[in-house]
Amino acid sequence: MSQARNWDEFMEGIWRQNPVFVMVLGMCPTLAVTVSGINALSMGVATTFVLICSCGLVSLLRKLIPKEVRIATYIVIIATFVTVVDYVIQAVSLALYDALGAFIQLIVVNCIILGRAEAHASKTPPAPAMVNALGMGIGFTIGLLALGCVREILGAGTLFGISLFGAGFQPWVVMVLPPGGFFVLGAWLLLFAALERRKQRKLAEVRHV
Amino acid sequence: MSESVAQIFINALLANNFVLAMFLGLCPFLGVSGKLDTAFPMGVATTFVMLVASLCAYGLNLLLTAFQLEFLRLISYIVIIASAVQLVEMVLKKYSPGLFRALGIYLPLITTNCAVLGVALFQTAREYDFIQSLTFSFGGGAGFTLALVLMASVRERLQLSDVPSVAQGTALSLMLAGILSLAFMGFAGLGS
Repeated sequence: MSQARNWDEFMEGIWRQNPVFVMVLGMCPTLAVTVSGINALSMGVATTFVLICSCGLVSLLRKLIPKEVRIATYIVIIATFVTVVDYVIQAVSLALYDALGAFIQLIVVNCIILGRAEAHASKTPPAPAMVNALGMGIGFTIGLLALGCVREILGAGTLFGISLFGAGFQPWVVMVLPPGGFFVLGAWLLLFAALERRKQRKLAEVRHV
Repeated sequence: MSESVAQIFINALLANNFVLAMFLGLCPFLGVSGKLDTAFPMGVATTFVMLVASLCAYGLNLLLTAFQLEFLRLISYIVIIASAVQLVEMVLKKYSPGLFRALGIYLPLITTNCAVLGVALFQTAREYDFIQSLTFSFGGGAGFTLALVLMASVRERLQLSDVPSVAQGTALSLMLAGILSLAFMGFAGLGS
């Protein structure tokens, strides 16, 4: 496996196939937990861990798993790692566990993980599969942070708990409430669509000349 | 738990709507809400799976607690839900092949619908008894169907209007969901 190929696998999840902004997968945890930067970061790290472990194991077992029951097998593998993460978070930080609530256990049904296991890890050897999973996980974390930071800054006037604007700031409470999640993600997607449009127009102009 | 059955139902249906207030089941919400004809059956199918899953999860939880095997909860819930979905799939395929084709890939994906697993997990976390669990899952399913139908109706109308081409697709759906969610916040405190 050459260096360039590995780098390509890694960058796929971060930019070209970003799970949040390009593939729009894993929406439920994305919107539900991103009321603050720190929640977003911990959710991203937890998901990345599950993603790497399950992709690695799926890839190791890829020749043993019969085709007919593969989805069920993947889900059981994923559920095992999620249970591990659930108990670890509970032991390390009870405050965080309360803040994320049932959404830690709901990592099981995050489409990104099952999607990666099915589309990528079941066809590749363990090393590149895990590199790809790491990229995807980091891409997902970046997406979560992009939402969480915007919502925390606008909704509470803080970033990672540090006050930014002083006492005179009137927070937009709607941003930390459910509608804010939809609006912020919608705005990010709009921004990316507009950027993509501009890039394509430039390419077309170049070709025209 | 001192919540009455009616309170649980109203809460799950409106005030804490699964899709618009708790962000559960967003994938099918964004994916199948294009047409009213598929949105409603999808909602009904999901509600049915939720009811079955909630029933089984309740029984299973008693069993797991009796044997002190709580750490197996997540795995066993997921397996139960997968079997319930398989059941719905077979029934639909036999009695309504047209609908089966229309729902397509989204039918098996009910397994990974967080709303279904969410029902099972929340009813365990809140220690609902048997009747409360059933009410909760039925209210949640009805709320999911309501959100799906509302969204599909709005999107069908939007097809006739002139939307800037940059905003089309997921970005537009998310903005719409935000506005719907804003409207549902008016129900806050209704069930308490």
